[in-house]
Amino acid sequence: MASTAQSRIKSISYAKYGYMFIAPFFIVYLFFQIWPLINTFILSFKGNGNAASDFVALENYQTLLFGTGDRRAASLHNTFTQSFINTIILWVGNFIPQIFLSLLLAVWFTDSKLHIPGKGAFKVIMYLPNIITAVSVAALFMRFISNSETSAMNVVLHNMGKTAIKFENSAAWSRGIVMFIQTWLWFGNTMIMMMSGILGINPSLFEAANIDGASSGQVLRKITLPLLRPMVVYTLITSMIGGLQMFDIPFLYHTAQGDIKDHLRTVAVFIYEQFRVGNNVHSPQYGIAGAASIMLFIVTAILGIFVFRANRDADEVRKKKERKEMIKAYKKEQKLAKMGGIE
Amino acid sequence: MENVGVSKNYMLIQKIKSAGCFIICLLLAAVCIVPLWIMVCNATHDRFFLSTNPINFIPGGDFATNYYNISQGEMAQFPDFNVWTGYLNSLIIAGCSTVLTVFFSALTSYGLTVYNFKIRDTAYTIILAVMMIPVQVTSTGFVQFMVGTLGLANSYIPLILPAIAAPAVVFYMRQYMKSSFPLDIVEAARIDGCGEFRTFVSIAIPMCKPAIAVQAIFAFVQNWNNYYTQNMIILSNTKRYTMPIMIQNVLGQDKHPDVGAQYAAVALSVIPIVVIYLCLSKFIVGGVALGGVKE
Repeated sequence: MASTAQSRIKSISYAKYGYMFIAPFFIVYLFFQIWPLINTFILSFKGNGNAASDFVALENYQTLLFGTGDRRAASLHNTFTQSFINTIILWVGNFIPQIFLSLLLAVWFTDSKLHIPGKGAFKVIMYLPNIITAVSVAALFMRFISNSETSAMNVVLHNMGKTAIKFENSAAWSRGIVMFIQTWLWFGNTMIMMMSGILGINPSLFEAANIDGASSGQVLRKITLPLLRPMVVYTLITSMIGGLQMFDIPFLYHTAQGDIKDHLRTVAVFIYEQFRVGNNVHSPQYGIAGAASIMLFIVTAILGIFVFRANRDADEVRKKKERKEMIKAYKKEQKLAKMGGIE
Repeated sequence: MENVGVSKNYMLIQKIKSAGCFIICLLLAAVCIVPLWIMVCNATHDRFFLSTNPINFIPGGDFATNYYNISQGEMAQFPDFNVWTGYLNSLIIAGCSTVLTVFFSALTSYGLTVYNFKIRDTAYTIILAVMMIPVQVTSTGFVQFMVGTLGLANSYIPLILPAIAAPAVVFYMRQYMKSSFPLDIVEAARIDGCGEFRTFVSIAIPMCKPAIAVQAIFAFVQNWNNYYTQNMIILSNTKRYTMPIMIQNVLGQDKHPDVGAQYAAVALSVIPIVVIYLCLSKFIVGGVALGGVKE
């Protein structure tokens, strides 16, 4: 009796529920993400503005990469190249202080020998900037320091009897400010990631080092940093991917309307400008935007492969390997048995 | 007995070190919080006072004037600014998106953990692979398709519905279910005659509450702050403006800036989210490392 009931339960296939449960995700993803991606790809081979339906093959890519053709093409090429350089400068300039600060703080906060009161409060305060809307952050810092003569910094300069500085027009100033804002926004987040990485290290290693009389510098160099390397690499790559898409702050940091600065234009801002800024709203340059997006996508995808590898279930991969080896061993045994146990 | 191998002033050195670290932490915390405090104080001083004293650490009493000047008066910064419309629109978008994200991510990850079917591993691999595709890359096709082809400019549909598919949340929820959702419970529910969907709603969701709560907070913050997509879709209808877009327009006024009013507008946009954060900080700070939410 029991066995028939059991076999009946076994014979019911639940696979269809699995498909039903994951279907909404994939349908929506296809419609709102995959199709736009394919559409971007198609658009990159088509014309711009009024000629949007013409097929132009690789012309957009040629324009962006080599600037062949008229003067407009050359200027687009220059802007695009500059935007790539800007992206790299801005990313490097915010990543280095960010990783330095967050590693330093994470090491301090997890060091059992140091006694720092109010660790929890510090963590909460340092993460705070990360949850504020980027637009508000940009707006706030523009009240403090910008081209405008009413910005706090310029008023202070005026009170001291000096002339106002056009902070946005200077490449060094404006890049420095954007880097500062980006660091301000993200160092708390990175710090918490690093802390979880350090807390994941086997504590008996630290104990052993303490018993052996290692100094805190030695512990840092010989234990913490080497074991934290995967975490740092992961943060590095995700931050690189995020940095390539850097948009809000560089896009918003300008006082006069639509006056995006050449030394702050990142690739994402460049793409956005092609269909959403000034006259381009009425005649969107989808071809150029598409070609730039696809190039950005390729770079991102290469970086993404590394993250993908890190995210895969390490356990599952190992289990699969073990299973394969077991099957192999079993087959070998069978073979041996067939031959009468003699090799 | 002597402490062999420990130098005499070991404790003193540790104390000095701790004090040094504490002071640096204090400075960094100040860097984080002082700009926000100055913002709050400046929002309560009028523009005449601010034109000579640009940095204040003590609140004043002119917040009402500043608030009035944002959208009214002869030097209105942005006539269509209405803080309640902004909050309400942002709340609608962020609230609906959060509910959709959390529910469907739980559903998808439940499907991926509980059932065994042919394409399960492939499906999960696809989710992992697409997790890193950023919106900036697909935005060209997205705008052309939504605004150009479907004519959905100013509509909330392209802002809310995509929330159903959130690969990063699915990834996190699956990890959680794998480690703390016993499959025997599903078996037991089946024997008791519980339908598959009901098992999910009345057993799986309550059991995954901690994971769902953390992801809901992050999804809400992310959608509340999402300026990029909102600014692509909401083009002209000022009644549909969300908080970030209103702030952008207030600051777009560069001919006759009323600094006090601008500070007030920024403060109004920042304060709700900061208050929510401080109430839920325990979950948020604890969830950062787990969720790995990175824009």
